[in-house]
Amino acid sequence: MDAVVDSHRITLAVHEALEEHGHSRGELIPVLKAVGEALGYLPTLAMVEVARAMQIAPGQVFSVATFYTLIPTEPRGRHVIQFCESAPCHVQGGRLVWETLRAELGISPGETTPDGRWTLLTTSCIGQCDRGPVMMVDDDLHGDLTPDGVGEILERYE
Amino acid sequence: MTVIRSMVLVSDDPLSRERNAGAVQERFAEEIRRRGLEGEIAVHTISGIRCKTVSPLAIVYPEAAVYGPMRVEDVPLVVEEHLVRRRPVPALMPPPHKFSGRLAWLPRRKGTLPAEQRVVLQRVGVIDPESLDDYLAHEGYEALRRVLGTSTPADVIDMVYKSGLQGRGGAGFPTGLKWRFVAGAKSKKKYVVCNADESEPGTFKDRTILEGDPHSIVEAMTIAAFAVGADEGYIYVRGEYRLAQARLRKAIRQARQAGFLGENILDSGFSFDIHVHSGAGAYICGEETALLESLEGKRGEPRFRPPYPTTCGLWCKPTLVNNVETLANVPAITRNGWQWYRMFGTPGSPGTKVYTILGNVKRRGVIEVPLGITLREVIAIYGGGMEDGTRLKLAQTGGSSGSVVPASLQDTPMDFNSYKQAGVSLGSGALLICNEDTCVIDLARVLMNFFRVESCGKCTPCRVGTRRAHAILTRISRGQGTMSDLDELETIAEALATLSNCGLGTSASVPLRDILRHYRAEVEAHLRLKVCPAGVCAMEGSRD
Repeated sequence: MDAVVDSHRITLAVHEALEEHGHSRGELIPVLKAVGEALGYLPTLAMVEVARAMQIAPGQVFSVATFYTLIPTEPRGRHVIQFCESAPCHVQGGRLVWETLRAELGISPGETTPDGRWTLLTTSCIGQCDRGPVMMVDDDLHGDLTPDGVGEILERYE
Repeated sequence: MTVIRSMVLVSDDPLSRERNAGAVQERFAEEIRRRGLEGEIAVHTISGIRCKTVSPLAIVYPEAAVYGPMRVEDVPLVVEEHLVRRRPVPALMPPPHKFSGRLAWLPRRKGTLPAEQRVVLQRVGVIDPESLDDYLAHEGYEALRRVLGTSTPADVIDMVYKSGLQGRGGAGFPTGLKWRFVAGAKSKKKYVVCNADESEPGTFKDRTILEGDPHSIVEAMTIAAFAVGADEGYIYVRGEYRLAQARLRKAIRQARQAGFLGENILDSGFSFDIHVHSGAGAYICGEETALLESLEGKRGEPRFRPPYPTTCGLWCKPTLVNNVETLANVPAITRNGWQWYRMFGTPGSPGTKVYTILGNVKRRGVIEVPLGITLREVIAIYGGGMEDGTRLKLAQTGGSSGSVVPASLQDTPMDFNSYKQAGVSLGSGALLICNEDTCVIDLARVLMNFFRVESCGKCTPCRVGTRRAHAILTRISRGQGTMSDLDELETIAEALATLSNCGLGTSASVPLRDILRHYRAEVEAHLRLKVCPAGVCAMEGSRD
């Protein structure tokens, strides 16, 4: 799995994150987030390097990293879809949109399309409920989704 | 000194951004520059008026004329007609019925919309959230000045206590009492933490405050720190709220430069500083002890209590943890006095409450109204009535600490005490209004899925109970339920309510208990007749 990113890039990303946030134990989460953002995900080797630098057990780093959804520990597709599955979006028509989206992509939540274009995730409420149903594609928010409109939104991402 | 004769405010929030508000603002600036009017007409951004039907908005002062939805190509006409010839363009103004109540503050619209009571949101949508000058021009930092100049910490705590302010994160604990506990704890080092990890499904009131009026939180935290004797503060903002984080960081920088934050604030000898901490995606971190664990760089698993954070909080120092909305009340109470604050709301629950109205209503959005208003009033007045002539079936009042409130309770005053007496809970202020097309099994399944996903896994009743309950509800929705499932759901609800370590597990029991109590017949129809009365559940497995 770690072959996706070479070790030199990992070392560099870890170094930069530690430079920015420091080595203290309290900064572990910001450091892991920064490394994850730099590399697209947090490889095991990066966790080991952070653990060594902060002088804590790699297991502790792993247990913290896997707790938080904004620190991905596996490689993702070029674009990440986060579909809100909380009650307000569900009540406001999210169920049908979700079924369309899954059919369109042909994958289940947590999976990446074979061409590496899409990773499909569900998310708990992202606080945009007056525009539900909503989804995030990478950093972009798309609200007032309809089953018919989803395909057109996906086409905007290469 | 140049005199600004007019001001154009362009809305800047995620919705407006998506609809090209940035280009609209640029075009305004460009058109004004082209006519050499940049010394007379200022262009700023506002946030918080998230009117779906009319975003992006442009509001022109002093007339308070509202234009929207603004397209880039409309800008030259507004500039030429309104700003140059002083003839407003009614054709580009949306009719009043397109607004929700949140625009009630606009002077021109007075009387055309039911009034809200704006204490917490008084500046949201009115000022440029990135301008310290705007904040100062709207009574900003006056409360802090007064506190540091004339009050003792005991005075401040006394005032907050007498105001009757209760925590707005969902639990409704008396704020003054919490402050008193922290003030009374013996320690040289204390912290003030603002809980901005808002993640209750359906809730975005805190984001509205943070994006629209970030200085109010900086000011409130500084007052709180003075009262309890803290010198360091953290704002824990959920990771997804990037705009809120950026605005808070900017506000903190501005406050430091102007002497409202940092060493020796306003020459009073009192020092206090604030850090912004970004969350990393975990609902449970809104629970205060989980939040503290996360601030310390650990998994966000709630601690066993006691000890409470008021004596052993962040790094085991006495720590005051308050929700964003709770804090946002503090400067107004300080400026106007506790007696003033008690004029709003009910005797048992003074003040206002910010609600988000969602679901099957005609208008969704944010409102701030006195505590004690009823669900019927909220739906009729602010929600514009039910969608397409449908009827109210139930309201879900906030993902975690809220309840499934049946239509029969729609005339019960919404305040912490009345709701408690009726056996339901107000929660965080999300009002998810559901019509009769809603199936209680389907709704409970979605809610339970949320708790299942977000359970931190530390204690067994919650980790196993939410998983089990979700599996049973899913089975029932497929028409494969049996009557014995009812007993098992009751048992799980009981275990969740009594044995969970923190509020998440306790809350997970609420939708289960509520649907079994209020909608027993509908649940049994799924089990005995294999029929979903609302026609939502697939029931596809019933013929297997």
